[in-house]
Amino acid sequence: MAVDYQQLVLPYRSPAQCGDTRGTRKPVIVVGAGPVGLTLAIDLARYGTPVLLLDDDDKLSTGSRAICFAKRTLEIWDRLGCGDAITERGVSWKVGKVHVGDRLVYAFDLLPEEGHRRPAFVNLQQYYVEGLLYDHARLQPNLDMRFRHKVVGVEHSASGVRVDVETPDGRYELGADYVVACDGSRSPMREMLGLPTRGQTFRDRFLIADIRMDADLPIERRFWFDPPFHPHGSALMHRQPDSVWRIDFQLGFHADPTAERQPERVNERLRRMLGEDAKFELVWCSVYTFSCMRMDRFREGRVIFAGDAAHGVSPFGARGANSGVQDADNLAWKLHYVVHGDAPERLLDSYASEREQAADENIAHSSRSADFLTPKSEMSRIFRDAVLSLARTHPFARRLVNSGRLSTATTLVNSPLSTPDADPFAGAMVPGAAAADAPVTVDGKPDWLLRHVGGRFVALQFSDGAEAIERPTMPSVASREAEVRLPRIDRLLVATSSSKAPHEPNAIIDSDGLLAARYDARPGTTYLLRPDQHVCARWRRYDASALAAAAARATCNG
Amino acid sequence: MPLNIEPNIASPDDFYEALLDAHRDLTHDESDALNARLILLLANHVGDIEVLREAVAEARTSGGKPVADSAQRHSTLLKRHP
Repeated sequence: MAVDYQQLVLPYRSPAQCGDTRGTRKPVIVVGAGPVGLTLAIDLARYGTPVLLLDDDDKLSTGSRAICFAKRTLEIWDRLGCGDAITERGVSWKVGKVHVGDRLVYAFDLLPEEGHRRPAFVNLQQYYVEGLLYDHARLQPNLDMRFRHKVVGVEHSASGVRVDVETPDGRYELGADYVVACDGSRSPMREMLGLPTRGQTFRDRFLIADIRMDADLPIERRFWFDPPFHPHGSALMHRQPDSVWRIDFQLGFHADPTAERQPERVNERLRRMLGEDAKFELVWCSVYTFSCMRMDRFREGRVIFAGDAAHGVSPFGARGANSGVQDADNLAWKLHYVVHGDAPERLLDSYASEREQAADENIAHSSRSADFLTPKSEMSRIFRDAVLSLARTHPFARRLVNSGRLSTATTLVNSPLSTPDADPFAGAMVPGAAAADAPVTVDGKPDWLLRHVGGRFVALQFSDGAEAIERPTMPSVASREAEVRLPRIDRLLVATSSSKAPHEPNAIIDSDGLLAARYDARPGTTYLLRPDQHVCARWRRYDASALAAAAARATCNG
Repeated sequence: MPLNIEPNIASPDDFYEALLDAHRDLTHDESDALNARLILLLANHVGDIEVLREAVAEARTSGGKPVADSAQRHSTLLKRHP
């Protein structure tokens, strides 16, 4: 391997070397270069908005930390041009198995159907993810990254934000139109602004141990309740690259974190699990507790919060980093439109409302899992144990066993940016849903739908070639209402059969019919997709003025 | 189908006896566990989430204790998008 991402020291430049002129005002400053901040900064830069990324450190993630990256997250990184690098470096999986005692009681397949470019999940150490995102970020011309530039003060008003930045060579001051805090669960930005975050901390402790071990085990998520090697607790095992395995033990609230971290103690637990003769090397370990909480509002004027700074969940659904990357995906285009003058500032309120609702959904799932793993009351424990005892013999009870419900793309239900259906549709692609991928053919070559949408508004128009294809003459809404601005909409034609493929560049051939099936599409069906690939409207026939109105609504220009 | 709260058990005394018999010789903890398994088995038999919610609410209000709405916190949040 060429780069050791755990040892990589990110380059420091003194304020003098950064070349700011006095009174410099940046369009957007992103604080925190973790997976969320890096994703957001890359996305903004690719849209064409200059972005400054500040981080107080010059190292990537210490230890593996977040390791499970979901299909939707990979699709977002695909849109940014670094999905291949991350997917190829990781270990793909889709099957989870739950054991009670020494018996397998439940298995789930997170992606049972064929015809998707990306797997349900990729496991990859967080420092690889950050390293690969950083490598990609360095290629972006609009992106300025400053490491060991720590934000120590922030003030904001209706007209702008001012931050104080501390470096080894002294302090300096910067102005910005908008600042996005992606500075993690302890968010200094949140603290400096005195903004509350609320929720519950679960009274339990867990030990994470990453070990290097050559073992010929299936690549699956394996979970145990009350296993013989760890009675009364739960355990979780995940595969990572480089022959590294993540093992997680539930310790109980009264465990001593310092004692439990001692390598002898950890190794003893591991030997009980893996056998006295197992050969392994402890790579990293940590003892943690978790909370489910979120800020009241993700937008505070010109300061916006994303990722763990805004919301926290338990690790068992892989909903932390994955929801944070979805935050970035949701926010980047909106900030770009607002900074660019293509949408009013209230478009940013839709970031807050959409992602607050997503956080509520993630927290609800996470709290349910936590209530199952760590029963909070005597009766809660009695029911949990009854479920586990029935699960050994009764299939119905296995569906009640909750070892974590894993992250899927959030459907932005009731989004103010969506146009409600007027025509009848079936299936999952409701307004607010993240567009499903499907295998297609473009220019005679196998391809994927999601490679062709996103980054701009796209009208996906299904046609069988029989009807006359209406040319996308966007009506000038400005002629009706002077102040309405319309985003550019690219039209993408989907031909339902290759024999009638239209003579149009970039036409997509739905060679397997999967695209039409997943979108419940018939000839004439038209979907409007947002720059973040979420559905914002759909119709049974192409209607240019309906399309224009939906796009105006999706940018708060309606 | 709403929750049936009309008399519906064909042999009420036989049922009641069977219920108490099931608990005979059990410790309090064992009885708690049995009750929990029994509820889960019956809930699965009913299946319909609306009937189950009604039964939960009925059990809670008929005990004479005021109802807090927190019991439905997560289910309300998740109902929108199962």
